[in-house]
Amino acid sequence: MNVRLYLWQRATAALMVPLVLVHIAVIFYATRNGMTAADILSRTHGSIMWASYYGLFVAAASIHASIGVRNVLAEWSPLTDRRAGMLAVALGLLLAALGARAVFAVVLS
Amino acid sequence: MLAELTVSLWRGGKDGRYETYHVPQRASQTVLDVVTFVQRHIDSTLSYRFACRVGVCGSCAMTVNGKPRWTCRTHVSKVAGSGHLEIGPLENLPVIKDLATDMEPFFEKWQKAQGVFAPSKTRHEEIEQIRPDSPARRAVDAAIECINCGVCYAACDTVRWNADYFGPAALTRAWTLLNDERDAGGTARLQAIAGSGGCHSCHSHQSCQELCPQALNPTAAISGLKRRTTAAYLKGEIKA
Repeated sequence: MNVRLYLWQRATAALMVPLVLVHIAVIFYATRNGMTAADILSRTHGSIMWASYYGLFVAAASIHASIGVRNVLAEWSPLTDRRAGMLAVALGLLLAALGARAVFAVVLS
Repeated sequence: MLAELTVSLWRGGKDGRYETYHVPQRASQTVLDVVTFVQRHIDSTLSYRFACRVGVCGSCAMTVNGKPRWTCRTHVSKVAGSGHLEIGPLENLPVIKDLATDMEPFFEKWQKAQGVFAPSKTRHEEIEQIRPDSPARRAVDAAIECINCGVCYAACDTVRWNADYFGPAALTRAWTLLNDERDAGGTARLQAIAGSGGCHSCHSHQSCQELCPQALNPTAAISGLKRRTTAAYLKGEIKA
């Protein structure tokens, strides 16, 4: 872990604090009001606000998780730093692709 | 008080084993007294390291019942409630023989962390006036009394997992120098500790501050280094 990775991991963590809180609040709101999937999709469809919100969330989570997993691999597996970094980048890209697909499905499809 | 202690001592090198000895228990007995008794009265081939016997030199640290401790100031009554002592070499360092470890990696990392004072003046210039109550000097005072015993290094999980990690003692030394107004090596030091193996590898488990015999808090010093290196990186003074 160097200062650049440290900064990215802490910055994305700080960014996700409000994002997680709003996300949980939205889940409570949706479930307590008995909203169906169709109700939710009708509100999110075409919304630039929700696309930006969850797009940012996905980007932050992908960066944060991949840096953390890189550290775990470097410290707890026999992989070299370079190989751990390559695997972590692959994981980050996978998370970003899966997250982007979900955001696309909720907002655009 | 028990009349006799059962003492398991590590014998041999990396692939050694614990051997059991019986040592008379005495009042105010230290763990170093126990080891010395075995060496002088039972087996003179036992190897271990000590010098001052009063907690100043930092030579006699060993693993005592699973935890690294300075043995000259650790009373048997404090750590051997059941009458049994298991004494091994420090963790995270190569074993030379029996209870003596090779401290070279520990001190090499001091060098890598730029733990050497870099003078900013010559002897012909006036001596720098340092106010004892200045925030920088207070930070130095809180961290300066390290005796290089290696207890924090042996206690550190991150050192165990990451062979490149400088460890708590080297980083605490770097912290004292960064806060020394007379030192001119600040930027090079920040650069050294901002890379792989530097302060950002610390997980803040705080084993170092829990076990430091001098009651120092290396975790706090490392937190200070994290803040300083991050600020320097954002200002473009150092590179990742």
